[in-house]
Amino acid sequence: MEARTIVQALREALVEEMERDPSVILLGEDIAVFGGAYRVTEGLLERFGESRVRDTPISEAAIVGAGIGAAMTGLRPVVEIQFNDFLACAMDQVCNQAAKMRFMMGGQVSVPLVIRAPVGATGRAAQHSQSLEAWFMHTPGLKVAFPSTPYDAKGLLKTAIRDDNPVMFFEHKLLYGGSSPGGKAKTAVNDLGDAFRPAPRGEYLVPFGLADVKRAGSDVTIVATGMVLHKALKAAESLAREGIEAEVIDPRTLVPLDRKTILESVRKTGRLVVASEDVLTCGVASEIAAMVAEEALWHLDAPIRRVAVPDTPIPFAPAMEQAVLPQVETIAAAVRDMAIRGGGGRS
Amino acid sequence: MDRDLALGMFRKMVQIRKFEEKLYFLFSTRAMPGSMHQYNGEEAVAVGVCAHLANDDYITSTHRGHGHCIAKGAGIRAVMAEMFAKTTGCCKGMGGSMHIADFGVGMLGANGIVAAGVPIAAGAGLTCQVRGKGQVSVAFFGDGATNEGAFHEAVNLAAAWRLPVLFACENNVYGFSTHYRRTMALEDIADRAAGYGIPGAKVDGQDIRAVHAAAGEAVRRARAGGGPTLLEFKTYRYMGHSRFEPSSYRTKAEVEEWKRRDPIALFRAVLRGELGASESEVAGIEAGVEAEMEDAVRFAEGSPDPAPDDWKRYIFAGEGS
Repeated sequence: MEARTIVQALREALVEEMERDPSVILLGEDIAVFGGAYRVTEGLLERFGESRVRDTPISEAAIVGAGIGAAMTGLRPVVEIQFNDFLACAMDQVCNQAAKMRFMMGGQVSVPLVIRAPVGATGRAAQHSQSLEAWFMHTPGLKVAFPSTPYDAKGLLKTAIRDDNPVMFFEHKLLYGGSSPGGKAKTAVNDLGDAFRPAPRGEYLVPFGLADVKRAGSDVTIVATGMVLHKALKAAESLAREGIEAEVIDPRTLVPLDRKTILESVRKTGRLVVASEDVLTCGVASEIAAMVAEEALWHLDAPIRRVAVPDTPIPFAPAMEQAVLPQVETIAAAVRDMAIRGGGGRS
Repeated sequence: MDRDLALGMFRKMVQIRKFEEKLYFLFSTRAMPGSMHQYNGEEAVAVGVCAHLANDDYITSTHRGHGHCIAKGAGIRAVMAEMFAKTTGCCKGMGGSMHIADFGVGMLGANGIVAAGVPIAAGAGLTCQVRGKGQVSVAFFGDGATNEGAFHEAVNLAAAWRLPVLFACENNVYGFSTHYRRTMALEDIADRAAGYGIPGAKVDGQDIRAVHAAAGEAVRRARAGGGPTLLEFKTYRYMGHSRFEPSSYRTKAEVEEWKRRDPIALFRAVLRGELGASESEVAGIEAGVEAEMEDAVRFAEGSPDPAPDDWKRYIFAGEGS
């Protein structure tokens, strides 16, 4: 059976890589006996044993630090941080240690460490809802992956595990598609259709630094990641009914970033919207917008638009939460606004 | 104690002392890049612990890392060249004093962040445990590091998993300028071991025989699967916290008091007395090390500087290097 959810796809990637390479081990809070807060590692303790699948203390600095030390000495640890917000407790180990170790030591060592962490707002208020990819884009030495489909999740995680560098691997909670304990996890996967491409059985890799054009179009380029990618695809459908053809691109890895695919698209369409669930200032969208402004300004027919969370913590009340997140309608509105301001476009 | 072992340990202590003295001279008399944190006075700890370690055992270190690096067996030329930021340095001029490392001898790095090496040593211990070949890992850290969360988290994790790790605390009395009694309510950091359910002991860090005995027991226990140990070595740094820091927070009398129990002088007397080494034998070691330092400085001075864009080679593995 192909993997139709990201939880299944990630688990398959872990199983395949652990069978392929005995140096791959898993560390994290509640990942062994309990199977992980989002069930990604369910059944892996039974399959691979206590030595390779380890429940840790609630000690994010030690979890990441132990992962680094193990990676520097020959293992390939995959660390799970239960919510990406908790990475704040491990920032020294991630940003001062993992990211810089190879650099400071003059290339004597590599740190083949994967840090998996869920992102995204799902009604849990400001400390369990952030999308912190940009923190790590801002730290040279880290790679940053963020899949939006089961296909990409499996292929990217396998690539991440085989990469000799530390990789931050972000997973959006609404895309997991598994059930949390009690079966109440919010999920969006039932509404995503064909765009949520399943992961086939068996070996394949998705390379880093290669964006995927999820929908072709000629009038505007929309770059988006994670859950927002699917909102962008829905926005594109509704825009198509109005005669606007949007090209929707998922970078899949933010570091390295596939500048070429984004720039080629913008040179074709003349318009760019970047949509992301992190906050606006110094965010994912800011970086991509700046890159395009530097490289392709003369190809633009309208100012670049960023659709991101305004500079606020994520509020708790559902109506407020939804109001600050990028939505299908806000993405579509940004495109329409741009079409008007840009004077009607090229097509 | 075996005579050859003792002479070897004495030589390492003298290497560290003369390295630091040479470095102080260099910083005082010419433009050297960056800063440094010196290990004079604490030599017995690094040497007494590392005497139990093989090349495939691991250590992590601190901002005060020259002694650990030399004790673990790094080449003096490469360590000295790193102080000069040369391409022949053990980190190719990318790290300097605060990031000195030699992976060829299992020295996983000095570290500019207090206590950051402690979880990393636990991780190296995890590798040792998973491999199951009897390797061990040692975390060196200071008294100040034991007030960091990373220390607490790492020792607890190692205790819970019974990792083969020696947590080697060098209590050199001051965290930068602040006396340890001003920052903790304990007199003995070794007492913290009980809080993690592991063995702990305080050790005279100026007596290398005491260091060697205590570390030996902890390393044997770790190799045999008995889990981690916390040892507190009572020691003292003679120099300021960092380059030319004037130590206004302590008295000259206090420094002189500690120097009366200088670890190298104490061990030299043991060698000359109980172990029957002749004066010429001991003096020969000292002269040999002096010559080695002169050679290392010449080597470093004659080595090439990195190109200004060499940094591009080291950000990611698999790119440009």
